[in-house]
Amino acid sequence: MNENISKYLSFLKSYDGDDITLMEVCGSHTGAIAKSGIKDMISGKIHLVSGPGCPVCVTPSAYIDRLIELSKKPDTVVVTFGDMLRVPGSTSSLSLEKGNGAKVQMVYSPGDTVGLALKSPEKTFVFAAVGFETTIPVYAVLLDRIREKDIKNIKLLTALKLMPPAVESLCRDNVRIDGFIAPGHVSVITGSSAFEEVAEKYRIPFGVTGFQPEELVTGIFGTVCLVLNERKRRKEGKPSFKDQLVKNFYTSVVTREGNRAAKEKVNYYFEPGDQVWRGIGKIKNSGLFLKEQFSKYDAGSRNLDEDHKINRKCMCEKVLTGKITPEMCPLFRKECTPLSPQGACMVSTEGSCFQYFLQ
Amino acid sequence: MKGVIKMCVALPGKVVKINDDKTAEVDFNGNTVNALTGLVVVKPGDQVLVHAGCIIQTVKSSEADELNELFGEIADFAGVKL
Repeated sequence: MNENISKYLSFLKSYDGDDITLMEVCGSHTGAIAKSGIKDMISGKIHLVSGPGCPVCVTPSAYIDRLIELSKKPDTVVVTFGDMLRVPGSTSSLSLEKGNGAKVQMVYSPGDTVGLALKSPEKTFVFAAVGFETTIPVYAVLLDRIREKDIKNIKLLTALKLMPPAVESLCRDNVRIDGFIAPGHVSVITGSSAFEEVAEKYRIPFGVTGFQPEELVTGIFGTVCLVLNERKRRKEGKPSFKDQLVKNFYTSVVTREGNRAAKEKVNYYFEPGDQVWRGIGKIKNSGLFLKEQFSKYDAGSRNLDEDHKINRKCMCEKVLTGKITPEMCPLFRKECTPLSPQGACMVSTEGSCFQYFLQ
Repeated sequence: MKGVIKMCVALPGKVVKINDDKTAEVDFNGNTVNALTGLVVVKPGDQVLVHAGCIIQTVKSSEADELNELFGEIADFAGVKL
């Protein structure tokens, strides 16, 4: 452990300068920050808000509807991570439909689909391929396995999203954020360099941060320093450059370049395209789709754009963009609870409403 | 491990054995899981990060010196006294 942690924490606790708002973009950070209790250990002048980095929370209802439709087809099984089961589509969820006899199988890894497909060649297995840059290479590895073994009964229904375009859309909308706690596990793949263009364009700092309590303290302290440095340069009329704005505080697994083999594999199978983020809308080139030559593995992932709101009063879109915190939503803890979620942010354990509910 | 199915969570473990089917046996404090390989070259003894049943990176053992050097630079410029 870094022996300076207590010094970092002491600084964060006693900070009394101008208010600083940091957004943690990653849903896993939202969960880790909540569990660590760090919000109660730092100055009230440092605000931590959640962003759109929970893949389950930003999956539009049309995607869930399509999964449900597939799960009811003869000889078709939808294979999914557990997080997706309770996410509401326009009228139902995979979990509810499973209770009604739909064929839905939960797995730990996309790789588990290979065993299922080999065991039951008469069935088609559709993997609910949701996720960000961290998870997308795992789907590329799955596609490698499918092709090596010449498996014909696995397809992917993709809802793959990219972080930098989403972060840029927040910057473009002038959401009041002074710095980003950049997603650690996304950065393992993309490298910290993925955030340099946005950082320099909008003059906003990014601190790549890990998930253990000491790593969170380190990353938050580091990002606060980057914000103070940026404020100082602005005050002095000095320019800011990418290497001053983007720093990696998660050096045990993140490099500037990222995982080159993973990126090459992803580029081999997938191409960028416009993607709909639940509650936010369509963001240009913020998604990845299977290339035309691999379309036989696609279960119909394009144009799943419809985004049905469960409850008109739900304010998930404002929560996902850091404009409000969950308790500012009129439904929070009233109509909207983990047992009766009115929006996707309350469904996922990585959603900020779910995490606020537990506090 | 079966109960831990969250989207972007990645956990550190230790490679125990490389299997013939392009997987590796990874130990998480006594729980062993067969994880997919193919994104990074690994060997027994390596500390690795596993996400969704796939090894996505090897873990470096010590980072404290690197971070202290980095903070020496940015904290000083920000006027932060440690």
